[in-house]
Amino acid sequence: MQQLWLIPAFPLLGFLMNGLWGRRASKAFVNAVAIGTVLLSFIWVLKVLWALQPLETAHLERNFTWIQAGDLKIGYDLVVDRLTAVMLLVVGGVGLLIHIYAIGYMAHEGGYYRFFAYMNLFMFFMLTLVLAANFLVLFVGWEGVGLCSYLLIGFYLRRQSATTAGNKAFIVNRIGDFGFSLAILLILVTFGSLDFATVFGKVAGLPVESSFGILTGIALLLLLGATGKSAQIPLYVWLPDAMEGPTPVSALIHAATMVTAGVYMVARCATLYLHAPLALDSVAWIGILTAFFSATIGMTQYDIKKVFAYSTISQIGYMFLGLGAKAFGAGIFHLWSHAFFKALLFLGAGSVIHAIGGQDLRYMGGLRKKTPITFWTLLCASVAIAGVPFTSGFFSKDEILLAAHAHSPWMFWLGVVTAGMTAFYVFRAIFLAFFGEYRGPEHVHPHESPPVMTLPLVALAVLSLIGGFFNVSRWLAPLFPGSEPQHNELLVVISVAAGLIGIGLAYWFYVARPGLADSVAARLGVLYRLVYNKYFVDEVYNAVVVESVVEGSRDVLWKNVDSGLIDGTVNGIGARARGVGGVLRLLQSGNIRSYATWVLIGALGALMALGLMGGTR
Amino acid sequence: MAAQTASLASVPLSWYLLLSAVLFALGVAGFLFRRNLITVFMSIELMLNAVNLTFIAFSFKLGQVNGQVFAFFVMVVAAAEAAVGLAIILTVFRNRGTLQIDQVNLMKN
Amino acid sequence: MTGIFFLVFAALAVFCGVNVVVRRHPISSALWLIGAMGSLAVLYLQLGAEFIAAAQVIVYAGAVMVLFVIVIMLLNAEPEQPSKGSRMATFLGIPLLLGLLAALSYVVYRMIPESARVEFGAFTRGTARDVGEALFKTYLLPFEITSILVLIALIGAVVLTYKRSD
Repeated sequence: MQQLWLIPAFPLLGFLMNGLWGRRASKAFVNAVAIGTVLLSFIWVLKVLWALQPLETAHLERNFTWIQAGDLKIGYDLVVDRLTAVMLLVVGGVGLLIHIYAIGYMAHEGGYYRFFAYMNLFMFFMLTLVLAANFLVLFVGWEGVGLCSYLLIGFYLRRQSATTAGNKAFIVNRIGDFGFSLAILLILVTFGSLDFATVFGKVAGLPVESSFGILTGIALLLLLGATGKSAQIPLYVWLPDAMEGPTPVSALIHAATMVTAGVYMVARCATLYLHAPLALDSVAWIGILTAFFSATIGMTQYDIKKVFAYSTISQIGYMFLGLGAKAFGAGIFHLWSHAFFKALLFLGAGSVIHAIGGQDLRYMGGLRKKTPITFWTLLCASVAIAGVPFTSGFFSKDEILLAAHAHSPWMFWLGVVTAGMTAFYVFRAIFLAFFGEYRGPEHVHPHESPPVMTLPLVALAVLSLIGGFFNVSRWLAPLFPGSEPQHNELLVVISVAAGLIGIGLAYWFYVARPGLADSVAARLGVLYRLVYNKYFVDEVYNAVVVESVVEGSRDVLWKNVDSGLIDGTVNGIGARARGVGGVLRLLQSGNIRSYATWVLIGALGALMALGLMGGTR
Repeated sequence: MAAQTASLASVPLSWYLLLSAVLFALGVAGFLFRRNLITVFMSIELMLNAVNLTFIAFSFKLGQVNGQVFAFFVMVVAAAEAAVGLAIILTVFRNRGTLQIDQVNLMKN
Repeated sequence: MTGIFFLVFAALAVFCGVNVVVRRHPISSALWLIGAMGSLAVLYLQLGAEFIAAAQVIVYAGAVMVLFVIVIMLLNAEPEQPSKGSRMATFLGIPLLLGLLAALSYVVYRMIPESARVEFGAFTRGTARDVGEALFKTYLLPFEITSILVLIALIGAVVLTYKRSD
């Protein structure tokens, strides 16, 4: 017994301590509790992984029984296999670095203890999700991270836009969770259990479905949940708005961990998806389309965090593409490297925001000399995401693209174009922020961030550069039989070239010819405006879905059902009681003779009843 | 039945009971239709008498003395009740100044 | 003999009862009630209840009714004025009464066979001795309780009508 339950328990303890006592405690106390518990959790992860190496089989630990109903028995079961190990390292390690960074970033914010309490709670739920050995415990973690996402997006609770964004995130997630719940019920009905081992064992024995069957249904419903949590088409709309939250939140939840939960879940259910090719294909389609689609939007945005948000959506699309092309290991490998460079991008953006107090790329510029550490670390992240050879992003992305080519060539080509766009928009941001002349207001004096913020940046930069040398996909290969790594040098060269072209174009547009971007945008007119406004997807959703639901709720459900029917029934009962009482009151007329008459009526009634029942004898 | 009876030797028991019923009904009539408190009270006494007759009649039929004992108790209770009831009527008269039953209606509504 | 006596006194009793209900002046009602009680006492005698008949005359007619008469005279009761009464009592009362009578008759006819006859002298165990024995042996407890009851009534009557002369 490795006491796996300790891994999520430490952050939970941190949440309770900071939540209950943090308000009146000193900042040092809050820091110690928050960082300390996450650190303890990560140390325990390392200890467990060291003890269990080489982790050829899964290590299951059953704790208390949660639900017992008839034949169904669901417990708080935790399991560690190689996939779990990768996720634990990502969540624990990157989480720890971001917590440390947040001490510096949130230093002047109100509600300091509340922030760290929520962050710790998030770590608890995310670790539960990752360690889960059955669907229900995973769902608990799934819902929990959604809750924490809501709490943290709306952290600046006096800002209307923040709370609205929090609502949006939660509600859109809910739609996905609806699909997830249906899937869980179907799994329970079909297989009689929610344990991963049991279910996947049974699935392995079933034939591969060539058309729409129960397995495909389950897989598609799970996919719906995944698109909600991982911000893919059609449920991605909450992620850009989620940038209202503090930057460490964006880094941790909306880049490295929560949004990857969907990817993890699909990878975990690989057996299921392999037996439902229709669903697996859908995964690939959704992945590549989302990747392309959001990359186009990312090229036009001016808010640095929004650029990176669309980038996250796009990169997760790559992961889905990898999963859908049966390269599950490659997808997880990209999850691994993406966690490093995307978290670094966000934390670096946070550092820039901390330096100049704003987020708009148009008012930045020339920060290269003012904030050097931020610049160099962000540069490392950018080359990683652009797929420059031998960075982490290079290895993982290329593996996905090669698998895509083996699956359907057009997906490869679209992916290559997207890779080019990725490099373009990332370096656009870099060039606009760090090169050229400073375009911001006079009174702002950009300065470098304190070490508590820059040290995590450096750590992540190192990981972004060398993280690819941990060949995660090869390590995970035993878990996903049937996927062989592809080798095709020509395709690799093509994708690298696309990345370099992207960087070059960005340089041309934003350093060499600064005014060129705006004139091209003006020339493209309508097309540019369409992309800049995110294809008006939010507006369409609002008109079609949101408005009708709100109107329907207001007119039908509120006015008719709630006020009319339910309130009417309850009030009606009250009114009826009053009415009956009013009639009965007339009996108390104060008139003795009417009382006498009533007595007589009663006596007569009793007499007749007795007589009819045969008398007393 | 009437021919058989021959108003000499014996009387059917049911006639006693019918008489009692008639007297009882008369008492109820007085109770319902009269407005003077004391008259109402006297109707109640009439009812009690009718019931006494029933008790005695059944005591005859069953051959036991229990019915008569019970009639005795009814009489005692009627006496006590008359005492207290008349005291109440006196008090009501002192407070309301009237013996009309319809005027004793402070409990109305 | 029994039959004649019965008919006569039964008719008398009914007649007195009707008059109790019908008369305007309360004092008339009281006197007619005394008459009804007397007739009933004769009927009790026929049924073999000697002691009860005597008690009826002495206690009921002689004491209770006298009390009634005293109170009527004390209150200077006046003849009833015809006035509107309870509508419900008037409209419902007569049918209800007839219904009551019908029900009672029905019960009586159901329960009492024709063969049950009453003869004067057929019941001999209604003497004072018999009643006394039953009272003090079988029904001793109720007897004692009724004596307390009478005491309570006495006290109650005094308390109710006590007028403080300040």
